[in-house]
Amino acid sequence: MPGVKKLSGLQKEVIHLYRQWVRMAHTKPIDTQPRFMNFIHEEFGKYRDLPRKDFTTIEYLLRTGSRRLQMYSQDDVKDIH
Amino acid sequence: MTLLARNAYSLLSRRGLASAAASAPKATTSRLKTFKIYRWNPDKPAEKPQLKAYQVDLNNCGPMILDALLKIKNEQDATLTFRRSCREGICGSCAMNIGGRNTLACLCRIDQDESKQTKIYPLPHMYIVKDLVPDLTNFYQQYKSIKPYLHRKDYPADGKEILQSIDDRKKLDGLYECILCACCSTSCPSYWWNQEEYLGPAVLMQAYRWLIDSRDQATKMRQSMLENSMSLYRCHTIMNCTKTCPKGLNPGRSIAEIKKQLAL
Repeated sequence: MPGVKKLSGLQKEVIHLYRQWVRMAHTKPIDTQPRFMNFIHEEFGKYRDLPRKDFTTIEYLLRTGSRRLQMYSQDDVKDIH
Repeated sequence: MTLLARNAYSLLSRRGLASAAASAPKATTSRLKTFKIYRWNPDKPAEKPQLKAYQVDLNNCGPMILDALLKIKNEQDATLTFRRSCREGICGSCAMNIGGRNTLACLCRIDQDESKQTKIYPLPHMYIVKDLVPDLTNFYQQYKSIKPYLHRKDYPADGKEILQSIDDRKKLDGLYECILCACCSTSCPSYWWNQEEYLGPAVLMQAYRWLIDSRDQATKMRQSMLENSMSLYRCHTIMNCTKTCPKGLNPGRSIAEIKKQLAL
């Protein structure tokens, strides 16, 4: 496949985290799911302009992101915002 | 009369009130010492961590580093973040790296030479929550994993306490005093590189404390938990732990004793 850029390990990790979040959103009650998706897009969008080489920041965000994922994926969390 | 006045003054200054400094008798000269403190704000993760300099007048400050930190937080920069609680080396909250050495800020004296500056960092090789606050989740998780409580199948028939000879009790001295401040674990290079698997000196010392407790009956289980290449044997007797311990304990010796126990 020409033209498709190969992703770095860190980029893959970010995409993996994003997909985990989306999967988590799909386990929530159907009428709150759009709100979860909004939240996920907002949170990921905040650091859209982060330089690709800013490894320490990206790693920090990955860590906090997965910690928050654990919290939000509890069954008690039914809605957001 | 003068004695009374001085007492009142010392009371005031001990409360750490800003007004105390104003009403204090004019000191001959102010002795400004520079403290360089590690700052990092998680709300702006793209900004790099930096050392920020603060000037503190030693004539108006308590003798310990924690006093200086509190003074800076009260009077200069309220956003400075650090853990503290007991201010007397009992709680282990204020563990940080002061002048290149892991210690408790409340037990570390300020170097009274004001021409030299003191650098204060959080505990090394830990994830930072903010400024001087490290994330100790992994450390506490490891402590939990050694099951730091009494395991027994049977209890005395009379329903009273489990007795212990004076000699057996003496074995626990120098072990039970540990306050889990994580100074030793974070000073250990072996722990830096293998934080996930190697338990680290603080936790291993507690493992030993439960191994030699005469009232504990789960010695076999505790020993088998440590019998792998990572948990215990990542200790290469570097002895940074013993050197740095702010309570003067000797985790290095405990680890050696565990190794001996497992080998014999």
